[in-house]
Amino acid sequence: MDEYKSGSNLEKILRAGHFAFTGECGPPKGANVEHLKEKFAHLKGMVDAVNITDNQTAVVRMSSLAASHLLVHEGMEPNFQMVCRDRNRLAITSDILGAHALGIRNMLCLSGDHQSFGNHTQAKNVHDIDSMQLIRLVTNMRDKGRFMNDEEIDVPPRLFVGAACNPFADPFEYRVYRLANKITAGADFIQTQCIFNMEKFRTFMHQAVDMGLTEKCYILAGVTPMKNLGMANFMAKFVPGMDIPDALKKRLKGVEKAKQAEEGIRFALEQIEEFKQMEGVAGVHLMAIEWEHKVPEIAERAGVLPRPTV
Amino acid sequence: MIVADRKSLEEILAMVREKRKILIVGCRGCVTVCNVGGEKEVEILAASINLARKTSDQPIEIDTVTIERQCDNEYVALLKEGIGTYDAVVSLACGVGPQFLSEAYPNQLFFPGVNTTFFGGAVSHGIWEERCQGCGTCIIHNFDGLCPIARCAKSLLHGPCGGSSDGLCEVSKETLCIWDMIVKKKMEQGRLTDLLKVIEAKDWSSARDGGPRRSIREELIP
Repeated sequence: MDEYKSGSNLEKILRAGHFAFTGECGPPKGANVEHLKEKFAHLKGMVDAVNITDNQTAVVRMSSLAASHLLVHEGMEPNFQMVCRDRNRLAITSDILGAHALGIRNMLCLSGDHQSFGNHTQAKNVHDIDSMQLIRLVTNMRDKGRFMNDEEIDVPPRLFVGAACNPFADPFEYRVYRLANKITAGADFIQTQCIFNMEKFRTFMHQAVDMGLTEKCYILAGVTPMKNLGMANFMAKFVPGMDIPDALKKRLKGVEKAKQAEEGIRFALEQIEEFKQMEGVAGVHLMAIEWEHKVPEIAERAGVLPRPTV
Repeated sequence: MIVADRKSLEEILAMVREKRKILIVGCRGCVTVCNVGGEKEVEILAASINLARKTSDQPIEIDTVTIERQCDNEYVALLKEGIGTYDAVVSLACGVGPQFLSEAYPNQLFFPGVNTTFFGGAVSHGIWEERCQGCGTCIIHNFDGLCPIARCAKSLLHGPCGGSSDGLCEVSKETLCIWDMIVKKKMEQGRLTDLLKVIEAKDWSSARDGGPRRSIREELIP
């Protein structure tokens, strides 16, 4: 077998052909390490890696690099998210080296939500490079041992490199090509945006399989359990690129408020069951937004426990 | 052209609050075309300031003049006569104008009367849109004549991002997603393969990032 690219747990799980199960955790809006550790604890042993978000929705939080390092300290594996909104190529490169030095072995390359969505709307954005170029930058650092300026790196960082994909943004016909481009750029794995429109996702996966993309890259399907109807309405209205079918809203509306969380979890579990069987899907990325304590229950009921060790 | 918006009357009044004699200078260049700093707008501003000051019992003396271009020293020199006799001069040219004026007349106080916004044009009567960011290295031919640097909120070279919806940008329902336009045009014309590659990171040294820029044309230097 080829040498691992980074040797991360996530890479090993996927390479061994196991159905991967990753989680997510947003760093605190402050330096509250204890609270962060509590959230981590819910995820321990439940997922193969934990995405540590990077000022998601452009709301400022503890740095994803620092929070990823804290996760390593807890004996868990981070998937360090990095957006191009807040860093130029110098900062990106040095953070990648720093990430490797701190024991981080997975990284997710993102453009980043526009700052107008966040809590520092007057900020200047960077976008020196975009997510496609970020994938290329970090994989060249790893595989060629070269910086973007072609200078040699003294001990290249080894990271398993992921990218995001939103099959529900427009134009739909182009989405699979953009995915192909991310794979060309060097993405080892993909985590999709939260999936709610299953019919559209099935079509998308058919296209990806037909184009041979799932042979070249691991695709993890994004799942977010809805806590209630209000959350569904909020996401549909305020989160960019969300496709929440009326049927799902109707389903949540159909049960009394106290039972909507359970209905949301049931929908997520049905999705996970289908993803396990779906051609080309290598795992699930569970984004239980500010609902980390529900992850053990969801993982248990989804039948993905215990997590395999490789 | 360079597009600008008039500063609010309140802001301009605050600038000239203590002044008793001012000059308002218009420009017949871009700001005339975008109806913000030409002869007509100069007169409107003068009348507005006059009225406001009269109403508050602080009358002001206002002269007005509109020159061909405030970004050209040949025309700026024509102001020589009166400059120096004013408590302040308000320029209604783009950001270049008051700077050329300040450089030409270092002892005179100048205020900008407009906010310079972008390089663009009118897409319909009364509506102007940005088209260029002056990055110094034009690449629009790669995108069928549409500029993702100026027109994508994230200046993506590989769009559209996950926030593109119904042809609109995630940032505003008023803004078209330029990447939606680029992709659709490529698809319609059977040239999608143009986009299926990873473009090298842009060299921003020709943009503002490289420091203030100069254009030198040797053949024109005496």
